[in-house]
Amino acid sequence: MTTASALSGIAASRGDTTWPAIACDDVTVRFISESRVVTALEKVSFAVAPGGFLSLLGPSGCGKSTLLRVVADLIQPSSGMMRVFGGTPEEARTARALGFVFQDAALLPWRNAIDNVSLPLEVGGGVKLGPNDPKPVDLLRLVGLSGWEKSYPHELSGGMRQRVAIARALLGGPKLLLMDEPFGALDEITRDRLNEELRRIWMETGTTILFVTHSVYEAAYLGEQVLVLSPNPGRVVECVDIDLPRDRDLSVRDTSHFVQLAAHLRGMLGRMHA
Amino acid sequence: MSIAAPLDPSLMAAESAFRAEQRRKALRRRIMPVIGIGSFLLLWAGLVYGLKVPPFVAPSPFAVAATLWAKAPMLFENLVPTMIEAFSGFMLGNLSAILIATAFVYKKSLEEAFFPVIVIINTIPVVAKAPILVLLLGNGMEPKIAIAALICFFPTLVNMVRGLQSVNPQAMELMRVLSASQREIFFKLRLPNSLPYLFSALKIAASTAVIGAIVGEWIGSTVGIGALIIQATYAFDSALLYATVIVGSCFSVAFFLLITLIERLTLRRHGPAAQ
Repeated sequence: MTTASALSGIAASRGDTTWPAIACDDVTVRFISESRVVTALEKVSFAVAPGGFLSLLGPSGCGKSTLLRVVADLIQPSSGMMRVFGGTPEEARTARALGFVFQDAALLPWRNAIDNVSLPLEVGGGVKLGPNDPKPVDLLRLVGLSGWEKSYPHELSGGMRQRVAIARALLGGPKLLLMDEPFGALDEITRDRLNEELRRIWMETGTTILFVTHSVYEAAYLGEQVLVLSPNPGRVVECVDIDLPRDRDLSVRDTSHFVQLAAHLRGMLGRMHA
Repeated sequence: MSIAAPLDPSLMAAESAFRAEQRRKALRRRIMPVIGIGSFLLLWAGLVYGLKVPPFVAPSPFAVAATLWAKAPMLFENLVPTMIEAFSGFMLGNLSAILIATAFVYKKSLEEAFFPVIVIINTIPVVAKAPILVLLLGNGMEPKIAIAALICFFPTLVNMVRGLQSVNPQAMELMRVLSASQREIFFKLRLPNSLPYLFSALKIAASTAVIGAIVGEWIGSTVGIGALIIQATYAFDSALLYATVIVGSCFSVAFFLLITLIERLTLRRHGPAAQ
């Protein structure tokens, strides 16, 4: 299958595995507005191994999107240390080690699907695709959008737009995929399907994923670990290991073990509002 | 995405009924304006003949039509300078508005310093700007072009600034994650994003540029639609006055349609929301 051979490119480019993919040490982020100082994150520490899948779970206002933006070099921490593959987030960004998927697909409406996926080739010095790297058309096939290459964003459904955004983030084989509630605005059926496909893409590409969500089920189904954050200010409550089979499908959510894990996570979230 | 041909005969009947309905509606959309214009002309003719309006006060539509026909070469001769002035003013005004909008977006302090000045200049009515510019620029085409340019400038500036700024914040973050340069952000994100805003301003500018050129010709000009309007008025030649106004309007409408066509071609890809 062409997709599989194309994907070995991503797997091969994963590179150095001696450093943790993300090492976050006592990171604090404060925003200073006119009236007050808001602490979005306070002394947050965690680590993700290369090839790992970490879900960030918490209610709105817990700073999970902020944390993702610190990893992506979009926000500077006020104190503490963020390391991405042993270097600074800036080094990871300029080395194109990061792919980012936003809540809103953030496609450019004047570009069709394939041209949206190709955008990373055109800006910031451009990703250089090797002969074995998957091309934009391969990535659209990977996300199940063969035949939609020439369609414009307004001709695609919300789920399809998000698939295009994932294909764009995967271009150039990033070592780390950052996803900020990418399925938050989708209906449950589409969301379930995309959850399953994201697990498959993660297994096929071997890329590290950091996934922000406020859905307990999504966090537990997708992640190998779930980092639970509490709001005001954002603090780590617990990092829960999700010891479900690696090759899982949605039916795993009906097992008693999954139900227990979900109940444990939901319990933590419930106590925050008390 | 094509709709598969329905095989069910009742569906086919329903589809052909739907098509017929669509055709009827399309035909009606074309016929109704013709009926409207026709009844307006009839009312005009009826009033002029019924009330025995003297020809130096208002002409009948037939007198206007006769003048349009008889004096077509002379009318066209006068339209040409107005066209050149309106078009040059349109280009000059919009181009400078686009450049200044770009400068404003990248240098906030420039906007803070000069936007108030621009607003003040914009509050001066065209009829008051015209003599000032004639004194400054003489009797040639220059003051007319300047007036047409000034009248186009403001709406385009305001819309262009909005278009360049109202970029999806997540698309902006995406560009930063991709380490895009300022230049790439401008040409790949801000500029395409501003096009729908720009075109709505250009459509306004297409008709106002013609108004600007005509008003400019009112003062100390011997050729052009504006000059002809003044001459016909002082000569009590109402038929020529109306004919001149009609020629000016037709040009204005044609200019507007041209910009609308360019907009359609350019924004085809932006999706239905942009148009």
